[in-house]
Amino acid sequence: METKSQTIKFNIQQLNTWYGNVQSIKDLTIQVYANEIFTIIGPANSGKSTFLNSLNRLNDLTPGFKLDGTILLDNVDIYKHHDVESLRKRVGIVFALPTPLPLSIFDNIAYGPRMHGITNKSTLMGIVEKSLIESYLWDEVKDRLHTSAFNLSGGQQQRLCISRILAVNPEVILFDEPTSGLDPISTAKVEEAMLIFKKKYTIILVTNNVAQASRVGDRTAFFLMGKLIEVGDTKKIFTAPHEKQTEDYITGKFG
Amino acid sequence: MNLKNVKTQEKIASALLFGCTVLVVLPVVIILAIILYKGIAAINWEFLTAMPKKGMTQGGIFPAILGTLYLVAGAVLFALPLGVLTAIYLVEYAKNNYLSRIIKLAIVNLAGVPSVVYGLFGLGIFVIFFQFGVSILAGALTLGIMILPVIITASREALESVPQSFRIVSLSLGASKWQTIRHSVLPHALPGILTGTILGIGRAAGETAPILFTVAAFYLPHLPTSIFDQVMALPYHLYVISTQVPGIPESTRYGTALVLLSLVLMLNLFAIIVRSKFRKKKKW
Repeated sequence: METKSQTIKFNIQQLNTWYGNVQSIKDLTIQVYANEIFTIIGPANSGKSTFLNSLNRLNDLTPGFKLDGTILLDNVDIYKHHDVESLRKRVGIVFALPTPLPLSIFDNIAYGPRMHGITNKSTLMGIVEKSLIESYLWDEVKDRLHTSAFNLSGGQQQRLCISRILAVNPEVILFDEPTSGLDPISTAKVEEAMLIFKKKYTIILVTNNVAQASRVGDRTAFFLMGKLIEVGDTKKIFTAPHEKQTEDYITGKFG
Repeated sequence: MNLKNVKTQEKIASALLFGCTVLVVLPVVIILAIILYKGIAAINWEFLTAMPKKGMTQGGIFPAILGTLYLVAGAVLFALPLGVLTAIYLVEYAKNNYLSRIIKLAIVNLAGVPSVVYGLFGLGIFVIFFQFGVSILAGALTLGIMILPVIITASREALESVPQSFRIVSLSLGASKWQTIRHSVLPHALPGILTGTILGIGRAAGETAPILFTVAAFYLPHLPTSIFDQVMALPYHLYVISTQVPGIPESTRYGTALVLLSLVLMLNLFAIIVRSKFRKKKKW
């Protein structure tokens, strides 16, 4: 693990969140470095997805959601000093299930750029092509860009969703169990893409698949019941964890 | 239990249900058949395009057809944008609190207000208070208010049926709330909104009471020239020639009913075709 001059991308201090009266994240302080793959593992209801959705403020949409503490992106408080649209443009998210819009492949990818004011056809075409190449989908779809995105397979749809995010030129990509509905080959393709993406983007990956975290992660955090139990280099977490609970979880003794 | 018994029950049940359905459909078929049978003789080019002559006993019903088209168009022009925007506010923006629940309840109840009450309301507010006089404007607005609840309710249901994931995806790509509604929600709600509009058109074209005090003319020798003119309208004209003027041939009365019926069906057909165009795109 290279330790040379790691810049902090996300700096989370004393984060507490609630849905109504139920606390979902408890006193979380954690840093994510630029251009790393930061993986988060933990059983269901451990606050992993809540954490991700706090980073691009999608939680704002949930009635009854409350948040306390600070989340800094490049040292700017995203809840106090950042407008939400440009935040979400900088911090994209890939959901567990593929979520194509009921549009053509082209229009799905051009959706984000269009919303940000790009209307020139050839510029859009350039963005679509570049995004599809980056997500290794171009060769499979280049002849049918104007057919419905629903005709793609599940794995292709998920890569389409990744291209759609790349098209708005983000800095951070959040992955919320992106391969939970995919077959092993599609999963491998998505993982491969992540390893290349980290040269350009910061990646935060929530996964239920412990092996996946060990395959692609640079650093790994273990969440349990809304609390951070342990965070460190992925290799270290998987070979010599500090905490007994972490060891029990990754060896499959509970969870 | 006895298997034979169960089978007999099954037969009785299906026969009973089929019988009820026939009982419901039968009057509709009979009404249509009688109107068609008695009215078709009156239908010719002159009937559809000429002014009434000789105390409405001869000539055509063109001014009434035109008047009804004006009124329906005016009502939809007024109620559709207003209703859709209201529905968007209620579904996408309003918080689920006491006030918004009251508003929703009020709108649902508005649909149940008798049409003659809308007529009186239109007389009071548009004809007298706003001084539009007895005019196309006053009549169209009155009909518009009458069909608003239908359009709002249908639009709300259409908006609510658009999957939440479309909104989340759009927002997560950095689109604003209005962009999300405009590009990811509204296009997929259009078929449902059009269904509401179809129902509204049918009601606006057929109601007599709301136009009675606000626009409808007993007889006009000329066509309207502005929105502040009175017009004749098919439902009121039908009432007039059926009860107020002696010596109108039966075929004219049934012919007028047939025209009104066909007009509503044609307007509906148009909206249905538009809707199916949008539905073809709908895939999720």
